[in-house]
Parts: sequence; structure tokens; C-alpha cells
Amino acid sequence: MQEDLIHILLADDDEDDRLLFRDAFEEIRLKTKVDTVNDGVELMAYLNRKEIILPHILFLDLNMPRKNGMECLSEIRRLDHLKDIAVAIYSTSASADDIEDTFVKGANVYIKKPSDFAKLREILQHVVSINWQYHTSGLNRDNFILSL
Amino acid sequence: MRLYFKYDMSKAYKVILGEQFDKLGIPYTFIAFGEVEVAPGINNEQIIKLSEALNVYGIDLIESQKNILIQKIKDAIIELVYRDEKLSNSKVSSYLAKKLNHSYGYLSNLFSELTFSSIENYIIIQKIERAKQLITTEEITFSEIAWRLNYSSVAHFSAQFKNVTGLTPTAFQRIIKKRREISKAD
Repeated sequence: MQEDLIHILLADDDEDDRLLFRDAFEEIRLKTKVDTVNDGVELMAYLNRKEIILPHILFLDLNMPRKNGMECLSEIRRLDHLKDIAVAIYSTSASADDIEDTFVKGANVYIKKPSDFAKLREILQHVVSINWQYHTSGLNRDNFILSL
Repeated sequence: MRLYFKYDMSKAYKVILGEQFDKLGIPYTFIAFGEVEVAPGINNEQIIKLSEALNVYGIDLIESQKNILIQKIKDAIIELVYRDEKLSNSKVSSYLAKKLNHSYGYLSNLFSELTFSSIENYIIIQKIERAKQLITTEEITFSEIAWRLNYSSVAHFSAQFKNVTGLTPTAFQRIIKKRREISKAD
């Protein structure tokens, strides 16, 4: 059980951000496998492929071309086979109302992107381990709401 | 004459596992390849039977004694937090040590080593989860929740809730309510 690999999917159109996330995940204590997609259209195509192992948690950038994070979130919550994926939204800045709105629309986690790498690593480690608790301890996913 | 087969590993795996779970009467859900979710009530004897039955097919259950002990610690904490009466003041550490027959130091180290989270942290998470459940399912005031979960005051409860979730209990309640309104409208 505990030895399992945690599957992480990251959707971000910014190559630097994708690299930063990958580096951060490499340094955290949990065993993770990170896949990335470059925008919302790619993301939905990926999630609708039949042969993939669905990620335990999806990190979703709000601002992406072609299809943005909020559109993806709504689509994901409408699709039956994706309902159980934890969705962590991240963005550079947002008002309390905007954050609450993403939760209402089905996000589990809202991350305000930190400015330094150490902080990012700490936040990602925290989010992934809390998600793992929900995953392994039979907690009610509907109540998984976390704002960082 | 030779016969040639092609086979779908994923399908074979699901059918074999499904048959064995059904035989033992254990409800299950496939999460991903190599991963099955079962109800928290499953006992060790059932796990052993399942593991033996699946061994024949070359399927091994990844489960060690240590993991079983971790599960027992978690179950004991959940039992404590979800008891209907007020959480007693008796210290959780002595409760766990007595119930599981190991020193608290041993349990605590093992827990941190295997779950990347401390027992203390796990208890807080469970208490907050219990609070969320009470907030969303029962007509109950925050003061009542604070009292039931043994917080010294509603302010202390709200502060810990905010610390763990990033939201106030009021904001959490509002979000869940709005979500329910949306799903009703669908």
C-alpha cells in the first residue's frame, strides 16, 4: 500500500514552470511519477485516452491557451470516470472570491504560486501527502478542500 | 498443432481479482491497475485468505506486517475521533500504546517512517475531517463541534480548521452548500 507510486499530472503551458515542478517533485520524500501536458486541450485528450492510469492528483494552471484551467475543471467534474481525481488549481494571484468559486466548481486544492523554489517544494510535498491521506485512509473526497 | 493466444493483461487481472473478492464476499472497486479499494472494515484474516487465493495466479498482495500495524494505528485513531460522545481527555499516546501493545515511541517512529506524516498530524487531520462531516451533515453549531472534539474554545477550533484547510469553517460550509445547489440544478 504505502510503497505505491503516486501518479501526478501537471498541465501548464509554461515550459519553465513545468521544469520547476518536475525538479520540486524530484526533491520531495514521496515516490512520485510526474507526467506533463502543455495545455487544456492536450490535458483533456490525455485524460480521455483509454489505456492510461489516471493520475492521483492533477495540478492545473489557470491561465492556459486554447482551453483554460476553469474550463478543464468543469469538464473533468462532468465526466464520470474522472470524478475521483483530486484537482489542485494554481495561479499567481487571486481574490478570496475567485478562490472560493474554483472550490464551488469542484477544485480540491488552490495554490497561490509561491515566488521561491523551497516554498514550492514544501507546498507540493504537503498537497501530495494530504491527498495521499485521502487516498489511503478512506476520507470523504467531497470534503477535500485546501487553500494554500 | 499449435494454438496462439493474445491476451489482455488488464482484463485478465480484473476478472481474476473480481472472482476472488466475490468469493470472499469483500466489496471492492478498481482504482487503477494493481490497486483496489476495499471498505475499511476488512479484517486481517480476510486479507490473508485473499493473498493466498491470489498467489496461485502469481498476483502478490503488497502488504507487510508493518503496514498492517499502521492500518491498526489509523483505525484506532479514527475510532477515537468518531466516537459519538465527547473525545475524552485521556492521552491518545497511552491509549494507542495500550490498545496496540507497543510503546508509543515505536508506533510513532514507524508511523512517521511509513506515512511521511506524524501520528499527531494524523489525529489533527482526522479531527478536522470529523468536523467537516459534522458541518455538512448535521444542524450543529461550531461551538457544539468544538466541544465535542475537545477543543478548548470555538476560537481554537476555528484557528486549527483554518490552519489545516486554509479556510474558515464558515467558508467551508458555504462552499459545500453552493456545490450541492449546483449539483441539484444539474
